Amino acid sequence: MTSSPSVATSPETTVSELQRIASQIRRDIVRQVHGCQSGHPGGSLGCADYFTALYFHVLRHDPAKWDMDGKEQDLFFLSNGHISPAWYSTLARSGYFPVKELATFRKLNSRLQGHPTTHEGLPGVRMASGSLGQGLSVGIGAALAKKLNGDGKLVYTLHGDGELQEGQIWEAAMYAAGNKVDNLISTVDYNGRQIDGDVDDVLPLGDLKAKWLAFGWDVLETNGNDMDALLKTFATAKSRTGKGKPVMILMRTEMGQGVDFMMNSHAWHGIAPNDEQLASALSQLEETLGDY
Amino acid sequence: MSSYPILDQKDTRSGFGAGLLELGRSNPNVVGLCADLTGSLKMDAFQKEFPERFFQIGIAEANMMGIAAGLTIGGKIPFTGTFANFSTGRVYDQIRQSIAYAGKNVKICASHAGLTLGEDGATHQILEDIGLMRMLPGMTVIVPCDYNQTRQATIAIAAHEGPVYLRFGRPKWPVFIPNELPFQIGKAQRLIEGSDVSIFACGHLVWRALQAAEELKKNGVSAEVINVHTIKPLDLDAVLASVGKTGCAVTCEEHNRYGGLGDAIAQALATHKPAPQEYVAVNDSFGESGTPDQLLQKYGLDVPDIVKAVGRVMKRK
Repeated sequence: MTSSPSVATSPETTVSELQRIASQIRRDIVRQVHGCQSGHPGGSLGCADYFTALYFHVLRHDPAKWDMDGKEQDLFFLSNGHISPAWYSTLARSGYFPVKELATFRKLNSRLQGHPTTHEGLPGVRMASGSLGQGLSVGIGAALAKKLNGDGKLVYTLHGDGELQEGQIWEAAMYAAGNKVDNLISTVDYNGRQIDGDVDDVLPLGDLKAKWLAFGWDVLETNGNDMDALLKTFATAKSRTGKGKPVMILMRTEMGQGVDFMMNSHAWHGIAPNDEQLASALSQLEETLGDY
Repeated sequence: MSSYPILDQKDTRSGFGAGLLELGRSNPNVVGLCADLTGSLKMDAFQKEFPERFFQIGIAEANMMGIAAGLTIGGKIPFTGTFANFSTGRVYDQIRQSIAYAGKNVKICASHAGLTLGEDGATHQILEDIGLMRMLPGMTVIVPCDYNQTRQATIAIAAHEGPVYLRFGRPKWPVFIPNELPFQIGKAQRLIEGSDVSIFACGHLVWRALQAAEELKKNGVSAEVINVHTIKPLDLDAVLASVGKTGCAVTCEEHNRYGGLGDAIAQALATHKPAPQEYVAVNDSFGESGTPDQLLQKYGLDVPDIVKAVGRVMKRK
């Protein structure tokens, strides 16, 4: 296939269909990072299933009606902006912008900056991120605006586990629970790895579930690389909104999921595959929607 | 000052509080956020009248900036309130990424700026904030000079689309700007017309500049006093027209001599119309505890310092 029509979102999309979309998103990720020889494939691959489930099944959104305010739409904020290749692919495949634009990732004059930004007017992106720890506060603000506007839709945020080392996260955690921001579903990509090594070696997070519970959040746990489990967890999370507590999903993933030589290590957090490695990666990922 | 009689003695932060309350009544999208300094920022009247539009964030300024940025998504116009130090230096990266780079319509309102904060001392007396905010692309920087102008500026920035840094202070200070004098973002105000020297001032030092002009007049020096309430974008036309006439400039600010109003004027002059300039500013140091008057005197920001700077700069013409 040489071209790929955007995929319409549908609540009836099945697990197997979602898995096929996720496979294409993984191809897009490694091809984007290879194309500019920079970027962060590891966490992007690990979160491909999350993005697929969120954008093709969970979010109530209309890419054709995208605007900054997003009134009466569910909103998503990526706090760990370095996994932008996964988000860009998801946005393009959902119809926010042409899929062929993925070829411009991290290149001069592109809307697809290394880290996401509103600055270049890319549809689907409502906040700049990259400097870590800021997205939870932003999500809370957007959730508060929804409440003020009488808008019953939800706000979703995604964070890295290493990102939780930033103090602002815990300021925001305290605020959201203390002020009953219960239209917010946040997720931590709990892959246990960061640039310098395993999170437990760099700066241990301790008992993460106990911490979020102690901060007053409703906490769910799931396997972020099991599509069926993800869908069930999102359904549970949605059912827990509106009950006085923000909802946290601790999502276990494997960094580099889907590409064997990128898994089980932090090594592929932020480096690009060469031509040979690209070929190997693509041989492991079925082209389901047509490469850009 | 015959042309600018003292109308009252009020703190500029109360001008902010009054302006915010008026905005609350006229614009339902205006929301307030404060990091445990509601009384100090004079946001309590807004909080009382619009509790659903006021967010007590607690002592967590980074979170406040992020929440403010998020609130703009959905059409709110957030006004954050805390001390100038905690409004800028403490949260520079949050402002840079989530507000300035993201182009969010947040109004960062900062009280207790400069030396005139007084007795709390150097930890709280930020003298670098104008420079920090000026350097951010797209940020508008406003330093009003009295209660009336702070009230006007607070109302004006709500109608301005884009991030704004509004800097004001703690002490009671002469009120001398007539309410009828219109405030326009980016438009400097020539308060006294003169021909020998241009004195550019902002914030509390505008009153000191007016006093200095009166002293200079007694000595036969005709000083033009220009209130540069908007430091970015700078009113280039006003600066060049005045210095084109007088041939020299003195800049007065409650800020380090690096990065503030003086540097903004110097850059304008160096680029377009080179002319001698003298700085009345803090000489690259931190402050200390004391009363506002004592501190302005000790750190060289008082009326005699402006008069002396005029003497120096006129000899360089």
